Order: sequence, then structure tokens, then C-alpha cells
Amino acid sequence: MSEIILEARHINKSFHDPVTVPVLTDITFSINKGEFVSLTGKSGCGKSTLLYILSTMDTDYEGELLIDNELLTEKKEAALARIRNEKIGFVFQFHYLLNEFNVLRNVMLPGLKLNKYPEKEVEHRAMEKLKVLGIDHLAFKKANLISGGEKQRVAIARSLINDPHVIMGDEPTGNLDKKNSDIVFDIFKQLANEFNQTLLIVTHDQSFAERTNRTIEMEDGRIINQ
Amino acid sequence: MNSKLIFSIAKSLLVARWRQTLIAAIGVTFSITMFITLLSFMTGLNDLLDGLILNRTPHIRLYNEVKPSKTQPVNKAAEYKDYYNFISSIKSGGSRQEIYNTGAIMQALKKDSRVLGFSPKLIAQVFYNEGAVDITGVINGIDVLAENKLFHFNDYITAGSGIDISRVPNSIVLGKGLAEKLLAEVGDVVQVTTSKGERFQLRVVGYFQSGIAELDKVQSYASVSTVQKLLGKPGNYITDIQIKMKDINIAPAVAAEYRQLFRADAEDIQTANSQFETGSSIRTLISYTVGITLLIVAGFGIYNILNMMIYEKMDSIAILKATGFSGRDVKRIFLIIALSIGFFGGLVGLLLGFSLSSAIDQIPFNTASLPTIKTYPINYNPLFYIIGIVFSLITTYFAGWFPARKASKVDPVVIIRGK
Repeated sequence: MSEIILEARHINKSFHDPVTVPVLTDITFSINKGEFVSLTGKSGCGKSTLLYILSTMDTDYEGELLIDNELLTEKKEAALARIRNEKIGFVFQFHYLLNEFNVLRNVMLPGLKLNKYPEKEVEHRAMEKLKVLGIDHLAFKKANLISGGEKQRVAIARSLINDPHVIMGDEPTGNLDKKNSDIVFDIFKQLANEFNQTLLIVTHDQSFAERTNRTIEMEDGRIINQ
Repeated sequence: MNSKLIFSIAKSLLVARWRQTLIAAIGVTFSITMFITLLSFMTGLNDLLDGLILNRTPHIRLYNEVKPSKTQPVNKAAEYKDYYNFISSIKSGGSRQEIYNTGAIMQALKKDSRVLGFSPKLIAQVFYNEGAVDITGVINGIDVLAENKLFHFNDYITAGSGIDISRVPNSIVLGKGLAEKLLAEVGDVVQVTTSKGERFQLRVVGYFQSGIAELDKVQSYASVSTVQKLLGKPGNYITDIQIKMKDINIAPAVAAEYRQLFRADAEDIQTANSQFETGSSIRTLISYTVGITLLIVAGFGIYNILNMMIYEKMDSIAILKATGFSGRDVKRIFLIIALSIGFFGGLVGLLLGFSLSSAIDQIPFNTASLPTIKTYPINYNPLFYIIGIVFSLITTYFAGWFPARKASKVDPVVIIRGK
């Protein structure tokens, strides 16, 4: 039996404005280390909402959430920020790079925040990640001067910098053309296979979902198939 | 904590928006410049105006006032002791204007460590004889060296030399206005008649201009011994002892003590010139109010610019929070931005304020009543600079605090899902 990285226990969430509408009902599942999981479902089925709860950014829910066997429910904002920094990597639909910095610096930011390694070491590690993703030649370009596909790859490098337990993606290929989508998918696949990286990716792209190890399907706030 | 990282992010945001930053900083710079200039100039003027009187006013003046005795003989008589005696038309009599025992008093003052220095003085009422016309006037007998040291006597000498009254026998320094009336040049001889009717010839060795024209029309100065001679009094006859304290604030207390100790009247500067203090403090208050108002206006500018910056940087704030920066970190980033605008804007403001006040200090300012002043007065008190920078930091801190708090409260989910 392999090690459980992320576990959700009976998570419920409702929107209360203007009337109470349940969004998530009794979500229970777990993800093991090294799994490449996709979370799919129709628009509005609550898959993104679930991802943001799992990401610790949304704390307005009932139930229990554990990452690395640590209960995160009821933790304070600053503690959650630290956990996000150390244990979770994010890739969003939009790249969210900071235009004020160059590519390398963007990748380094979460690492510098973690403050585990000296700046030189963080820089070296960031460069390694860029090399793995084949974009080390862009390291010293300004973040707003590279193409959309490249930006998304930089965002992946950024999510990897602290060697997180799990990488979460919210439609990471949603804004990309077929060719770039495939590049991003291949990167994820490579990370899962070669580096035993755990990935949880929300997508509505069926072909993307089919190629992952495991697919969790949602409908109307419930998991119907996992 | 990650101060270095927080600083570097704050710096990048600042540099990326350098135009806005510059405008915000110019606001602070302008207000600090005006604050410094205004206070330096206003205080300079205050000091000048106060100095006009206060520099030449002793902190404590010992003298004997001509006044009726408090205890009349009838009250002392045993048979009328229990009566209430009404006495009308009491006259002051027999009391002398001179201070008793001046030698001993001066010895005591010399030993008193609170006293900076003192100078004896006596006053003679005279008539200056100008042909058939007599002009009333006052001759102050002074110890010119002590007077110089304590009351800047030489500063007010516009022609000739003040020191000469102690060197040349029977010499006099005339008030400027008086000299013009008498048409007396330096080196001329003027004739005076004392109140006792005796006539003296005195040589004019200099002009004196106090800045108060009325005073200069009647006042003149001679050495103590010359005036004693005019009055026909002996060498220990002194009517006033002017005392300067090391600390002006203890003057009233010391005056009360001396009144007891020397059995003379003692008047302190605070009682004699209270109106000057009031005027100065109100003028200073106005300067501070204007300066702080300017700073608060600059603070609103910073508030606006930071608010705008936060709306623009919503995405960056969201990703910083998503990747592990806490609300507190984000707040610190924006506070640092605000404080650096305050600090650097303020610093440049101090420099410009200093340059502007130095420039004002060079502008010629000649007025007949102020012979020693050649340019506009400026007070370069370092305290203004300290207050300036502290206020600029405080205002920018508060101006930055609200936007920073708003930034720290940004919910990354709302921003990221909104895309």
C-alpha cells in the first residue's frame, strides 16, 4: 500500500448568497504519492471549487482535509500560506507570472519565500527546473516577453521549485493550442513517471483526462466515479 | 523572516511603476521642503524679533524701586496697634535708588553657579543742550565688557567703537536718533545738564542703534564711572544689576530667592516680557499647522496611488498568496512601498528644504531698525529636520496602512477563478 498524500473526508460546501445552494456534497477520496489524477466533470459541477478547497485557499467548507497526514481544517491563514508554499505547487489556466521580474526570478519566488536554501542554491535549483522543462534559454527574459506556451511552462517550473507533495492544476491547458497542450501534458506525464510527482489536474478536456493514470469524475457536486 | 525578499518585491513594484512612485514622492518632497523652509524662516524671524528685546533684557534685574514704605510709623506704635489706621497721601521718602551693599551682592553672584554673568548699571536722567533747546535723555552707565559679553552691546554700534567709552574719559555713545537730533558726529563734544543742574562735556565715541527708534532718540551709553561722576555719586553707587542666567527658565524662581536674599526688587524676564513668548509660540504653532496640513495632503496622494497600484497588481497579489505568501507578507510589501516613498521623498525634501532656506538666507534684508541684520533670518534647528522626516514617515505609514490592509485581504480564489 503506497503512501497517502492528500485526503478529503466528507467535504461539504454551500454558497449562501442569496439562497443556500449546495455545491459539494460528501466528497471523500484520497490520492497516493506519485499518482497522476485528473478531476473532470461538466462546467459548474464543482470541480474547481473542490480544487480550491484542496488547495487550502478556500477555507469556507465542512469536513476534513489532510495533506501529508496533517489535518489542515481550522488552521490559521499564515499557517496555511506556509503549507501552500512548501507542499503544494499550482498551475492555473492563466500563468500569473509577475511582469516586474524575469523568468528565473519568477520561478525562484516561492523558493525564496520558503527560505530553506540560500539564494544561490534556489537560483541553481530554479535553473535545473527550467532545464528539465527545456526553457532554460528564457531564464533572463522578462516574463511578459515570452509566448503563452512558454509562460505556462515557466508557471510549471515555478510550481516545482519547492519539490511540493502535490501539484494542483486548474485547467492548465485551457488557454493553450493543441501543440502547447501536448507539450504541457507530456511534461506532467514526465514528472509523474520520472520524478514520481503527484499531480491533481482539473480539466474538462476528455482526451487529457483519458491519458492520466486515474480520473475522478464529478457531477452536481458529487463524485460519481473514481 | 524573509525581509530581504519582501524588500526586493516591494522595490520591483516601485520601480515598475516609477512614474506614479515619483509623483507620490514629489508630493512628500514638496510638503517636507515647505515644512522645513516655513519653520526655519518663521523661527528665524521669531528669534530675530524676540532677540530684539530679549537679547538685551537681563533675565533678572535687581534694583530698588522708589515706593512708599509698607509699614507706616502709626502702625508700629504700641497704642494704635489694635486699630485700623487710615492714612492718606503717603509719599515715598528717604528711600534711595541705589542698591545697598553692591560689592557683597556682586561677590555672591560671582559664586552662584546658575548665573552666566552679570553687569552693573546706573541710569542718569539728563538734558542734552543743543543751542537754546534742551532734549531730555537718559545716560546708561555700563560696564562695557560685561555688557558686550551678555547683551551683545557691540552688535548695535553702527559707528565708532563701543569699547572706547571705557578707554576715553568722559566719553559717550549716542543713540542714532539722538545723534541726528544733536547733529553730533563721532569725535564731537556734546554738552549735558544733569537733573541737579550741573553741566558736563562728553565726547561722542560712537553711535548706537537698538532697532527701536523711540529708544534711540533718548538712550545713550557711558561708562559706569562717567555716570557716577555726572550724578556726583561715589564709586559704589549702582542702581541696577542685570543678571543673565545659564537657564532662562529658572529666572522667576531665582528672582524670588534674590528678592529675599539681597532685600532688593528683582524682576524676571518672564514677568517683564510675557507677551513675546505668547507671540512666538503662536507663530510657531501656525507654521507647524501649515506644514502638517501639507503632509496630510501628500498622504492622501500616496493613499490614492497605492490603492491604484493594488487594483493593478491584483493578479500578482493573488499569485503571491497562492504560492505561499501570507496576508501579513503582502501587507508588509505595500507598507514598505509606502514607507520608502515617505522616506526617500522626505529625505529629498529635507535637502531641498535646507537649500531653499539657505537661499532665503542669502536674500538681502536691510532695515534701518535692525542694523545687524543683512539678510533674511533663518533658524537651522536640526529638530525641524528630525520632525520633518518623522512626520513624513508617520503620514506615509498611515496612508499606506489602509491600502496595504486591503491588499492583505485579497482573496486569491476570487481573483484566480474570475479569469
